[in-house]
Amino acid sequence: MNPDVMVAPEIDYLALLPMIIVGVAAVLGVIVETFVGRGARRPVQLVLVFGSLAGAFAALVWQSSTRSLEVEGALAIDGPGILLMGLVLIVAFVGAMLMAERQLDPAGDSFAPRASALPGSVDERELTKRGYLQTEVWPLFLFAVVGMMLFITSTNLLVMFVALEVMSLPLYLLAGMARRRRLLSQEAALKYFILGAFSSAFFLFGAALVYGFSGSVEFSAIADALAAKPGETALIVIGLAMLVVGLLFKVGAVPFHQWVPDVYQGSPAPVTAFMAAAVKVAAFGAMLRLLYVAFGGLRWDWEPLLWVVAGLTMIVGSIVAIAQTDIKRMIAYSSIAQAGFILIGVSTATAEGLWASIFYLVAYSFTTLGIFAVISMVRDSGGEATRIEQWSGLGRTNPVIATCFAIFMLALAGIPLTSGFIAKFVVFEAALAVDAVALVIVGVIASVIAAFFYVRIIVVMFFRDPIEGAPRVAVPSGFTTLALSISVAVTVILGILPQPVLDLIERAGVFLR
Amino acid sequence: MTTIPWLTILGVVPLIGALILLVLPRDNVRLIKQAALVFSLAALVLTVVMGLQFDADSTAAFQFVESYPWIPAFGISYSVGVDGIGLVLVALATTLVPVTILAGWNDVEDGRSVKGYFAWILVLETLMIGVFAATDVFLFYVLFEVMLIPIYFLIGRYGGPNRAYAATKFLIYSLVGGLLMLAALIGLYVVSAQQLGQGTFDFAALVGLDIDPTTQKILFLGFFIAFAIKAPLWPFHTWLPDAAKESTPATAVLLIGVLDKVGTFGMIRYLLPIFPAASEFYAPLVIAMAVIGIIYGALVALGQTDMKRLFAYSSMSHFGFIALGIFVFTTWSMTGSTLYMLGHGLATAAAFLTAGFLMQRAGGSSAIATYGGVNKVAPVLAGFFLFAVMSAIALPGLASFVGEFLVLLGTFSRYVVVAVIATLGIVLAAAYALRLYQKVATGPESPHVEGMRDLNGREVTSLVPVVLLTIVLGVFPAPVLDVVNPAVDRVMDTIGMTDPTPALAPAGGDQ
Repeated sequence: MNPDVMVAPEIDYLALLPMIIVGVAAVLGVIVETFVGRGARRPVQLVLVFGSLAGAFAALVWQSSTRSLEVEGALAIDGPGILLMGLVLIVAFVGAMLMAERQLDPAGDSFAPRASALPGSVDERELTKRGYLQTEVWPLFLFAVVGMMLFITSTNLLVMFVALEVMSLPLYLLAGMARRRRLLSQEAALKYFILGAFSSAFFLFGAALVYGFSGSVEFSAIADALAAKPGETALIVIGLAMLVVGLLFKVGAVPFHQWVPDVYQGSPAPVTAFMAAAVKVAAFGAMLRLLYVAFGGLRWDWEPLLWVVAGLTMIVGSIVAIAQTDIKRMIAYSSIAQAGFILIGVSTATAEGLWASIFYLVAYSFTTLGIFAVISMVRDSGGEATRIEQWSGLGRTNPVIATCFAIFMLALAGIPLTSGFIAKFVVFEAALAVDAVALVIVGVIASVIAAFFYVRIIVVMFFRDPIEGAPRVAVPSGFTTLALSISVAVTVILGILPQPVLDLIERAGVFLR
Repeated sequence: MTTIPWLTILGVVPLIGALILLVLPRDNVRLIKQAALVFSLAALVLTVVMGLQFDADSTAAFQFVESYPWIPAFGISYSVGVDGIGLVLVALATTLVPVTILAGWNDVEDGRSVKGYFAWILVLETLMIGVFAATDVFLFYVLFEVMLIPIYFLIGRYGGPNRAYAATKFLIYSLVGGLLMLAALIGLYVVSAQQLGQGTFDFAALVGLDIDPTTQKILFLGFFIAFAIKAPLWPFHTWLPDAAKESTPATAVLLIGVLDKVGTFGMIRYLLPIFPAASEFYAPLVIAMAVIGIIYGALVALGQTDMKRLFAYSSMSHFGFIALGIFVFTTWSMTGSTLYMLGHGLATAAAFLTAGFLMQRAGGSSAIATYGGVNKVAPVLAGFFLFAVMSAIALPGLASFVGEFLVLLGTFSRYVVVAVIATLGIVLAAAYALRLYQKVATGPESPHVEGMRDLNGREVTSLVPVVLLTIVLGVFPAPVLDVVNPAVDRVMDTIGMTDPTPALAPAGGDQ
């Protein structure tokens, strides 16, 4: 491009419509906060959130045959991109249902009445008594969703960085807004923010190094530069490593996983649900695109790196999960282990690996949403009852909820007839197709270790008697009930009849270059 | 050939039964039990009707074949069909389920869900039928793994005091095997994709593959360890005594009598035909494991102070015989192994059910020392117990004898020393079994035994079919042999093995 003449980029607004809809709704949400009366804010925000997510999804389906680079090649609207955006929208929709729940906590929803009020202060008590609800969470939520959609489709390191921040900043805030155990929640937010900023710095540094090598931040230009200068690798390999480190932070892979348990534990369960599911989808989507499109030429360098990280992630996540006594922390470590399995798919650098990773993300997201839906329902007087022994006998007192949770546990353990089994199957298949036998063996060992703590939850729920002062399962409104039903249905249906989804993913093809 | 989907109907009947059980009123315990019994009997009747249509002279590998695409993306189909071996084991499963339901009528009495107990048993029946009938390896694997769930709940919810531990140990052991098998299964799929262009899990197509020996050896291990844990062979057996001790007798019968046969069934059906070279390569190892298991199991059984653990170790010893028969690659021994599976299933039923009846009458204790002089207070029960003990020794005239004899005969024709050592197992079996009977049933009455009531009509009814079948098959095994022999011949053909020429005049030539 001639630097002296600025040409207005040509933008196909229709192709970008899904992002535009959510983005505009987010901005409108901020305006609503300013101009709409306190009482009417919640319904207006809910209409905006659900309406925009549904509208964006409809637009996505309408535009689903688009395969083009948009905005001067900064965004790629291609098959995997559309698919992953669709997944983010669905996950966000279900996650929003959990966030909108208002019947579980006697005092209101899961969020502090005002985040700025000091925990335990008179102010806070007064606000709680008056039944204040913090509706700013909704525009924040939508901004995070826009960030995720951008993150998945960006084909330019700078756009990717901006998207990363747009996605992350609202999540840092949301993590700190729990109504109960506010100190824990604020601590989680701070940890998440500091480590997230750290990882952003890595990413940015990496982008600078890569720019130094290739003279461009565009994926296609990086790929071309790699092809043109095959010998000079030091700069680009270090740059790539730093970019990957930034992304591995976001997916919570070992050794960049330390923030995960604290954040999952401290955040309100609905936020954790959304974060655990959607951030993984977005970050893996971005990682896949970055590695496959920009750095396909360097795959001999990043494949071994990912093998090691995947192996470590599976093993460490599984082993440390065994020692957990808090259910949210256990699920956090389990999600670390699950990220390791997805990394197996990523590390193959084949189309099968890409599809396997996407399928794994689909299966994992819904299971995770369901898990946190259940966690948000099991409560005692202090909020969510997350010590594992508090769940003793849940199978006797609440067979339906316990059965749902058992299904999710079996899915995470990879037992057949659940989505988790098919997900493991496709990932292992992709890995064995490229002869990554060692990785599959490590995966199998990790699965066995992991099975131990998934099964332990079932033991606690079904084979033990309820303890004194056991938590009760709060009766949820339609929001959580529907979200839980969707999660269970997807988990089981994907396990029994995965073919339509496998077809859909395969039809999406590969990334545009 | 018929167009009626026999196997699917057979498999679905218990499942429907389980679902109906779930909607029955919780309080009407009697109705729940009756419904469970009716559905399990319906499955038995269906099996008999189907079995009568089985054509023993057919040249087809499988009969009652059905096949529908399931996950075409990976060449996975819902394919079922049985050969003689599969049919016999399906019949074993459908016979033992009503027996255990009847015997376990009052297993759940302390407020735990009666519904759940019988519903899980029926679900298990569906899965057992499916696992013996599957001809798609993926389908087999899925059922193989899912089968763990009902057993896990049956042990963990309804078992003895240490049930959670036993159930978890069982599940983790099985998952280790299952996941290794999954890895090998996918490896097999990848090989098939390389050779055929399109990957498949179809059994017949996989048998036709020409896998290079090194790959075979690796994949073999994945399957073998899963089967060896399931069967279980020494040294993979340590879950069995705990699971057997903590299970209710009915669960133990289904677990050891039927489920564990999936391991040895898998060896005949999948290991030998798909990995012939590797099977030959590993045969000495497997034979060594089997022989060690025979002797070790018997010796440990000799030292047990608990009836259920004793029967568990004795089963382990018998599983050694079954595996031995499979891996010495003779027609006699393989036929013998199949018959032994059947005979051992029946013997296990007799053993655990009579032990269970004893326990119910003595406050739930399974310690041998609790008992003594049972034959004076409860002669009928003691009589059945004696029968069970004899069945465990494989007394001539009982079903297990035929199997054991054929296995030893086949082994002798190939490895004389192995046969001699294995025979020691029989001697030890006599020792532990007779010692058990002597301590439990003879001598002075122990305080726990005093006033023990004898078997009632329901309990006798549950045992009689087992006893009759054991005797009939022991005296006249020909019908079963006719059904099993073609299947065994086909396996021998597939692996390219022929029987060794007997050095001595052929013994038992009419077999």
